[in-house]
Amino acid sequence: MTAPAQTEIKTPTWTGQSLPRKEDERLLKAQGAFVDDEGIYRMGYAHFVRSPYAHAEIVSVDVSKAEALGGVIATLTGDEVKAMTEPLFQFAPKPEGQIEEYLLGVDRVRYQGEAVVVLLAETREIARDAADLVEVEYKPLPVVIDGVDAADSDSPLLHEGLGNNIAWEGLFDWGDIDWAMENADHVVKIDSLHFHRYSSTPIECNAMLINWDPGTDIIRVVSNNQFPLFGALVIAPSMGVGVDQFDFRSQDIGGGFGIKINSYTQIGVLSLLSRKAGRPVKWTEYRTEHHLSGGHGNERTFRNIEIPVMADGTILGFKMDVFDNAGAYLHYEPLGAVIWSQVAPGAYRFKNIQVDYKETVTNKCPAVPNRGYSRMQHLWAIERMVDTVAHELDFDPVELRKLNYVQPEDYPYTTPNGCVYDSGNLPAALDAVLDLIDHDAVRKAQKAAEGTGKRIGLGIGTTLDSGTNNFGQARILNPELPFSGNGEACTAKLDLYGEIMLTLGTIPQGQGHETSASQVAADILGVSPEEVRVWTGFDKGHSAYIGFSGTYASQFAVTGINAIIGACEKLAAEITEVAAFALGASEEEIELAEGMARVRGDAEREIPYIGIANMVYANNAVLPYELATKVSLTCRHVYVVPFDLPDTEKKYGNLTLTYSTQTHAAVVEIDDETGKVKLLDYAVVDDCGTRLNPMLVEGQVHGATAHGIGAALRETFEYDEDGQLLNNNFLFYHPPTAVDVPHIKTGSIESPSPFSGTGAKGMGEGGGAPLHAICAAIQDALDPEMPIVNDSHNPPERVFGLLGYDGGADGRGVTVESRG
Amino acid sequence: MDKGPVHDIEFTLNGETRSDRIAARQLLVHFLRDDLGLRGPKIGCDTGHCGACTVRYDGGTIKSCMMLAVQADGAEITTVESMSSDGDMNDLQESFRQHHGLQCGYCTSGMLMSSQFLLERKPKPTEQEIRAGIQGNLCRCTGYVNIVKAIKAASGQEVSR
Repeated sequence: MTAPAQTEIKTPTWTGQSLPRKEDERLLKAQGAFVDDEGIYRMGYAHFVRSPYAHAEIVSVDVSKAEALGGVIATLTGDEVKAMTEPLFQFAPKPEGQIEEYLLGVDRVRYQGEAVVVLLAETREIARDAADLVEVEYKPLPVVIDGVDAADSDSPLLHEGLGNNIAWEGLFDWGDIDWAMENADHVVKIDSLHFHRYSSTPIECNAMLINWDPGTDIIRVVSNNQFPLFGALVIAPSMGVGVDQFDFRSQDIGGGFGIKINSYTQIGVLSLLSRKAGRPVKWTEYRTEHHLSGGHGNERTFRNIEIPVMADGTILGFKMDVFDNAGAYLHYEPLGAVIWSQVAPGAYRFKNIQVDYKETVTNKCPAVPNRGYSRMQHLWAIERMVDTVAHELDFDPVELRKLNYVQPEDYPYTTPNGCVYDSGNLPAALDAVLDLIDHDAVRKAQKAAEGTGKRIGLGIGTTLDSGTNNFGQARILNPELPFSGNGEACTAKLDLYGEIMLTLGTIPQGQGHETSASQVAADILGVSPEEVRVWTGFDKGHSAYIGFSGTYASQFAVTGINAIIGACEKLAAEITEVAAFALGASEEEIELAEGMARVRGDAEREIPYIGIANMVYANNAVLPYELATKVSLTCRHVYVVPFDLPDTEKKYGNLTLTYSTQTHAAVVEIDDETGKVKLLDYAVVDDCGTRLNPMLVEGQVHGATAHGIGAALRETFEYDEDGQLLNNNFLFYHPPTAVDVPHIKTGSIESPSPFSGTGAKGMGEGGGAPLHAICAAIQDALDPEMPIVNDSHNPPERVFGLLGYDGGADGRGVTVESRG
Repeated sequence: MDKGPVHDIEFTLNGETRSDRIAARQLLVHFLRDDLGLRGPKIGCDTGHCGACTVRYDGGTIKSCMMLAVQADGAEITTVESMSSDGDMNDLQESFRQHHGLQCGYCTSGMLMSSQFLLERKPKPTEQEIRAGIQGNLCRCTGYVNIVKAIKAASGQEVSR
């Protein structure tokens, strides 16, 4: 891979500043436009009828009573959908068969909350009443909810076409794990680790306003889907429509975190409902629906983990069996089955890695990308391994990390599976974060607390936030998939009266793209950020876009920003060319500053942008014909990430362009009587290369940290043995409130990326580090003879169980085999 | 179309007295949003936990999804729409902007309502008092750090930028 030329921002006046956001005023004054704020003439309200069973045959569906209710406009059943569509595209069908999923449940439901009927009525209330009148007869079937059990040949089968419940499997084998096991001084063996199910649960649920216009056959979709072009890829062939028929639009989105990639099935089915009814359809998901069916983060179980370690603490690698529980259908999955390998060795110089990976289907809600998607689960397991090695072999977890980290001088560092870590300084970040929590003082307090019934523990979480992924990794799952590379688009325009406007392909949900885009553009075009209008939200008919466009996977700072830079440079070149003609100068003599094109060093010769725009838009006879036909002042640029195709046989290649690092430290206090974990202190040091707007970066760090803290201690989606979700609203699912998270201390270092042009790296996801740090801190607080912390979710009852361990038959979950 | 039983109510909204005929079953938040077109109160849950629909009600705060609109008969309600005079943001709103106290902006209206009420009761709140004061409002973007900072700064207390 070759690095792109370093892009020089001419006068870095604005880029790098912590400017307040352009987005804020409208949001603070309740003048934002979220989907539910919008309406269209004659729209009806949609409501879904959902399965109360986790697994059942649909014996019959009768909508006649619902249709007879006054105010009901139309109904749509699974059988109707089956008759008018094809099954949804599957990314990695097995040679012997595949999952058949339609936009509504057909013949069988496979998770509680799966939609079987959707109806449209004149009001929300009537729609809800009508849903109660739909009669569905179900014949319950046996249920499997555990991702490991599901792989058993005798477990209840979800999809006949698959033959078993294993949706995808593959062996990842890099280095020489057998050699490592034979030559290690110790092998630390962990029975099982379990990463639990949760979701970052955006406060705004899914919502959409869809109008299949009968006159033009255009499907107008106002939604808060954060990656609608991906959705179109899946649903358009199923619906038998062209992607060009979809007009996607979004303005303000109330948080996404990846979960809002998943609403494409609703976009599809509600489009069909709109066509059938001949009316616009509005749907605002209820919180309970969102929890039942909006998508959950991946749950993953790691089994038979073996870690070869040398006497000095050098960890040679690991092997393990992985079972990822994808839920009932594959939404975006099985991409997660390879995305973790962007960070295969974590932050460490592990050379020998063997992972036997299975992705199973179960009677749970489909798993979908959630902040830290797939890498976080894997990184958590690695951090658990490192801390367990330290704990069992009596190494200091700080020193063990420093010994095994990829070192500052190693960058660019090629991992055993061919990924290239671009830059970083992990030892410095670790020192910095330990300073923030005053490591030595914590250790003293820990000693002082011994025997008081309140134990103190300190834990470190090192994580990687891999950004700008190479879609070619999908070919590792299925070599036939026509996906690779990545990129983003932007159009920069000088409008009729000299106004500068950008349209982006990105679909932000609070990340502040309008602000950072205007900072970068202002520096290139010689104006202030206030003079740059960044078109708010996404509008498929208006915005520049390519197939990858969207906001996901920590990439705006690279793909979005480079597209903006490219478009602005093209626009600057056109302005310069017109100005050179107008001022009778050479292009080299022209500089752009203060909204003017002027001849450098000659205060008398300048032309404002309005003058340039006038000549091109409305006065083009004054220009030489060749120039008038050459420039448009509307400049589109597509930034293409320089990726190669991976080797699908060896599962080897560079899967991501940049790697931000975050190093977290948590100090916890555990109450012996209750097992309750309290956070006493928390700090993060992030390194995302060059920061375009440090205040926005810090905001992302805060948010990702709170998600991880919530997940570690409060948030979980639990199912009972019948597949009933126990946390279907915020009464039973507990995102942290302001009193549940401590003040988060932050620090930063900057290791510019050599690959991204600006030195910036994507950084929004944060890699789930609080889960790593809090589990490590709990472990640190426990007595050495207590079990290892083997679950990512640690409510009081689980911690209480660890504290009360009586040396029972299950053991501590870890054994050590030492040689010589 | 039959809306079912209706009731006539009179109440004050953002300083203006008004009379409305309201379907008995309609939630206050749906009435404010769907019938009156206010965008301030947001809907984030069905159970009164997220706080996005928080409005000022007779001097205190309520979650407008937890009330039927007809129950507002005689009440004095203000929403975030009342905060900006002549289009300018007030000090609290400006402080949220200066301190990056919002990201997606969905919880923001409710958060402003609770913060305003808190500052009326406690003009110089401590960090713990601020956190307790906004405990009924979930935010999933900010980790609350900058919201706490914004409220503290709005109260005239020193904060680091």
